[in-house]
Amino acid sequence: MPKRRDETVPEAEFRSYYGRPVIKAPVWHEPHMPVYLYLGGMSGAASVMAAVARVTGHDRLALAARVAAAAGAGVGSVLLITELGRPERFLNMLRLFKPTSPMSVGSWTLAAHGGLTAIGAACAVTGVLPAVGRAATAGGAVTGPVMATYTAVLLADTAVPAWHEALCELPFLFAGSALASAGAALMLTTPRAEAGPARVAAVAGAAAETAAGMLMERRLGLVGEPYRLGRAGRLMKASRALTLAGGLLAAVAGRSRALTALSGLAITAGALCTRFGVLEAGRGSAADPKYTVVPQRRRVAAGD
Amino acid sequence: MTDVAPHRYGFFTDTSICIGCKACEVACKEWNEVPDDGFVFLATSYDNTGSLGADTWRHVAFVEQDGRWLMSSDVCKHCTHAACLDVCPTGALFRTEFDTVVVQPDVCNGCGYCVPACPYGVIDRRRGDGRAWKCTLCYDRLRGGLEPACAKACPTESIQFGPLDELRERAEERVGRLRADGVTEARLYGESTGDGVGGTGAFFLLLDAPETYGLPPDPVVTTRDLPAMWRWAGGAALALAAGVAACFLRRN
Repeated sequence: MPKRRDETVPEAEFRSYYGRPVIKAPVWHEPHMPVYLYLGGMSGAASVMAAVARVTGHDRLALAARVAAAAGAGVGSVLLITELGRPERFLNMLRLFKPTSPMSVGSWTLAAHGGLTAIGAACAVTGVLPAVGRAATAGGAVTGPVMATYTAVLLADTAVPAWHEALCELPFLFAGSALASAGAALMLTTPRAEAGPARVAAVAGAAAETAAGMLMERRLGLVGEPYRLGRAGRLMKASRALTLAGGLLAAVAGRSRALTALSGLAITAGALCTRFGVLEAGRGSAADPKYTVVPQRRRVAAGD
Repeated sequence: MTDVAPHRYGFFTDTSICIGCKACEVACKEWNEVPDDGFVFLATSYDNTGSLGADTWRHVAFVEQDGRWLMSSDVCKHCTHAACLDVCPTGALFRTEFDTVVVQPDVCNGCGYCVPACPYGVIDRRRGDGRAWKCTLCYDRLRGGLEPACAKACPTESIQFGPLDELRERAEERVGRLRADGVTEARLYGESTGDGVGGTGAFFLLLDAPETYGLPPDPVVTTRDLPAMWRWAGGAALALAAGVAACFLRRN
């Protein structure tokens, strides 16, 4: 049965089974999954900042970054476990290492990253075994970038068109957002005189997140429509506005306490909106058979 | 068939002779003890189950068109390159000695990753139970030398079970005869090993475009692009590390 839609400019005509979805929507819950995506990114970028701050002698910033990285990974792990259909079986995630499963790669990454950042933070806070703490923090600089970007592969490696087709931009969107999130968290928890690198991270991350998001929506065309419609569209717009405003504020905040707080909160809220928006867009993309059928039909017509 | 199977086994569902009796749905539920899938009235033809899911492992689609009825019993495709199996982090999903794809309920921890990975929307997480469920191609019956319950119950032999190479030959013959008889719209779906999932273990003879039955016209296993995804993510990870280092270059 032909189906017509008039909400978009390029009207896509296609057939479906009573308008029912072809694929299943992601079953992941709110707020668990999107908050985990935020915390994992923040923790990943913060752990890299901790390592660099320690080496470059930004001791107060390094302490805040180590604690933020450990807290993000710890709370994130709890969210992921409660997200499972059978939480008591969470250890099954480490039954095997499976390179074809981004979730398996991610589970091992989170296990390593969570352990390293916890050790790094514990040693920094208590002052015991400083050498172990330094080694763990250095290790976090390796696991951190993987933590911040593997989640993009996790989403792209599905049949959900709005995620799968965004495989080039999603990692940069998440990496940028992670850098901005870590910058914001450290701006909020480090004395302003010592938070210079955090402010730079917030500005650079906000710029990268905004650029990657705009590129993604522009390139995807019809498949990117769910990022602009309904609740997902509102979340993505809010994310763009908050991230841009927070990034600009961070650039001029300098030593003003109020502006720094405002900027950090805006960037954090923007990063959260990005994750909620991306999850919601994935659901919208799966729910309407148009996004599955039309691109596949075009592919068939083009002779692959 | 009690020995280790020498062949790949599967289904050929010839929808041109499906009468929409739903005996397959009932037989599947009875044998596999699948819970009810909700007593709902969808008001779309005679279909009140809607789609495959955790509690619907055979689904009969009814399409009313001008002058004809299309009926088709859908099922898990048991793909050659199965996305659900590829992305399962626990190893709960595995490939059997019959080349079918089965979930081990005692291993699945309900992460839900297989659900959006399937290009056909087959597998789903069961509410209340928390684990992922789908057609097992009656793994227990196969091991006992029996054919799957749906094929056994099908009164018109629309659902045929057997070694996949034999089924493919039979299907080619059938589609050729239908076309010769003037049913030019008859086509096979999922029989080609050259498609995006490497061919399916359960394939179909359809009388209209796949999307008419709720099937994707050109499904692709998502993990085909996994190397590219990791390359892009690797680039972003390196950019992130470099970006952080650059943040500390500036003195303030």
